Amino acid sequence: MRRVDAALPFLGPAALLVAVGVIGSQTSLSLQVDFAQALVYAAIVIALYVFVGNSGVISFGHISFVALGAFITGVLTVPKESKEFVLPGLFPVLQDHTISNWQALALGAGVGGLYALVVGIPLMRLSGLAAGIATFAVLGITHNVFSNWERIGPGVQTLSLVPSTTSMTQATIGTLLVALVAYAYQRTRSGRLLRASREDPLAAQASGMHIYSHRLVAFTISGALAGFAGALLVHLYGSLTVGQVYLELTFLTLAMLVIGGASSLLGATVGALFVSLLDSLLNRAENGTGVLGLDFDLPHGSRLVILGALMTLVLLLRPGGITGGHELSLARFRLARRGRLLTRSRT
Amino acid sequence: MDLQSLVDAIALGSLYALVAVGVALVFGVLRIVNFAHGELITAGAYALVLTDEYGSGIAILVCVGVVIVLALLLDRALRPLRGHGPATILVATFAVSFLLQSIALLAFGGQGNNVSVLPGLNGAAHLGDVDIRWVSIVSIVLTLLLLAGTGIVLNRTSVGLQMRAAATDFRAARILGIRTNLVIALAFVIGAVMAACVSVLLAVQAPFVYPTFGANILIPALIGVVVGGIDRLRTATLGAFTIGFATSVLGELLNSSHRVYLDSYVFLLVIVVLLVRPEGLFSPFRAGTVERV
Repeated sequence: MRRVDAALPFLGPAALLVAVGVIGSQTSLSLQVDFAQALVYAAIVIALYVFVGNSGVISFGHISFVALGAFITGVLTVPKESKEFVLPGLFPVLQDHTISNWQALALGAGVGGLYALVVGIPLMRLSGLAAGIATFAVLGITHNVFSNWERIGPGVQTLSLVPSTTSMTQATIGTLLVALVAYAYQRTRSGRLLRASREDPLAAQASGMHIYSHRLVAFTISGALAGFAGALLVHLYGSLTVGQVYLELTFLTLAMLVIGGASSLLGATVGALFVSLLDSLLNRAENGTGVLGLDFDLPHGSRLVILGALMTLVLLLRPGGITGGHELSLARFRLARRGRLLTRSRT
Repeated sequence: MDLQSLVDAIALGSLYALVAVGVALVFGVLRIVNFAHGELITAGAYALVLTDEYGSGIAILVCVGVVIVLALLLDRALRPLRGHGPATILVATFAVSFLLQSIALLAFGGQGNNVSVLPGLNGAAHLGDVDIRWVSIVSIVLTLLLLAGTGIVLNRTSVGLQMRAAATDFRAARILGIRTNLVIALAFVIGAVMAACVSVLLAVQAPFVYPTFGANILIPALIGVVVGGIDRLRTATLGAFTIGFATSVLGELLNSSHRVYLDSYVFLLVIVVLLVRPEGLFSPFRAGTVERV
């Protein structure tokens, strides 16, 4: 029983991800993209969770790692014969090599993790708002450089002709892998220490914990997962612009994390799947296409209003997020039941 | 770098400073970074669009009114969040901002609306052999007047004293009988007046209003506020001014091949300053309250 309880924080999110994958693969081809996108968003949000959820420090910079993973792997998987024409300005090393799907995913994780490590070494000393603004500055720099430097990417043009290798299966397995790494990390000594420092940094430091180094570990792992998710993303869409991996995605993924409940893996998963599936549903309703047999029609532009209102409502009514930041746990369930019994017997 | 661009740089810094006052006052009493402050500016600008035909005077009055009412509604809406974690509050005010932006998008469309408020201000004043746009001069003078006014309210009136007390120690102030809701509402109203002024000045300079009109100035101003030191009104305002001024000057100094990387240079400076002085560039030394690991 205890072993089951220990694995539940992974099994819960994993069951949700698999369910979305399975349901998605049964639907029509046009719907499948929505489900696969929900899974890839879940991968990004879980990557974000590994740092933000465990450390309690907010980061606006994670989409930089997604962008780097997406553009580097996207550029490298564009077939070589068309690359000379669509991306003439590239560095020779990017121009002359073409890599496979598996290599792209591994490379995404590698560059994401490396970038996060380099950025994290100076920045992880910061906390609170200073950390938020500094990571935002990293995002700003990444965006600015990718928009203008045509030796490493498409600049302001759309990166296109990327093979769409992120199928439903790959999205599901990839996201499961991300969730597994997140779960494994939060069970390590480093992960637990970091969570302790989230609750009370002074007490954690007084107990001899070195907050900086554990934040750096989490930031690097989180960056690697984000880069991996970026590789999934670009191979799902088949094309990408710098604008797609900037402010909107940053705020959207942060909102997903907080709406689900920022301090649990379950929260990250629930928030990402809930918000992105809802967004797709509203999008379809807006375009007048029926969903799941329901036929309803919304005026154009109302999707964002409904989404915004919902986000606001969830946060105002349930500031801890949908899951309240708790993992799935039998012990909690038993405690809650006992609590109810106790109150009942008292009355 | 000539006098003309120097004045323009000061004018841009002034606008950022006006935005900063609203953000810093609310942060002072509530410890909330209000992302939705940018939408107050947007709302003001749309109010100008809708009342364009009645003349600039009426349009500006309506603009100020609309912004103040929206600020008070915002104060009411954010009340349930008081006392929650900073991440939740940050995302919640962002969600409100996103909601208001999408309402603007639904109501006015994404194409943008033209506005012609006080068009005369775009003309140039001839001082000797330099031409300076009137709107730059008005921005600077108005900012100085508004900052002085805020200083008088905070330092010379009873309610200002109460606001400073609430900013220093919210709980103690409340125990001592300060009507905190009134103080908070006042912080929102002062910020709203500034936001309305920013709407008008921005609308004069760039007479084209779109849903992210305010957010586009809020983000750099907010960065400036944190870089300067969000804890104090003075440091926050100075920080925002510095960002506006520095961006403008740096843009002038960089040659054209580097100018596209202007944002990167500014952000790099921001990171360096934050690493050296995370408590704020202008905060007094030995403030010693900032956590650093």
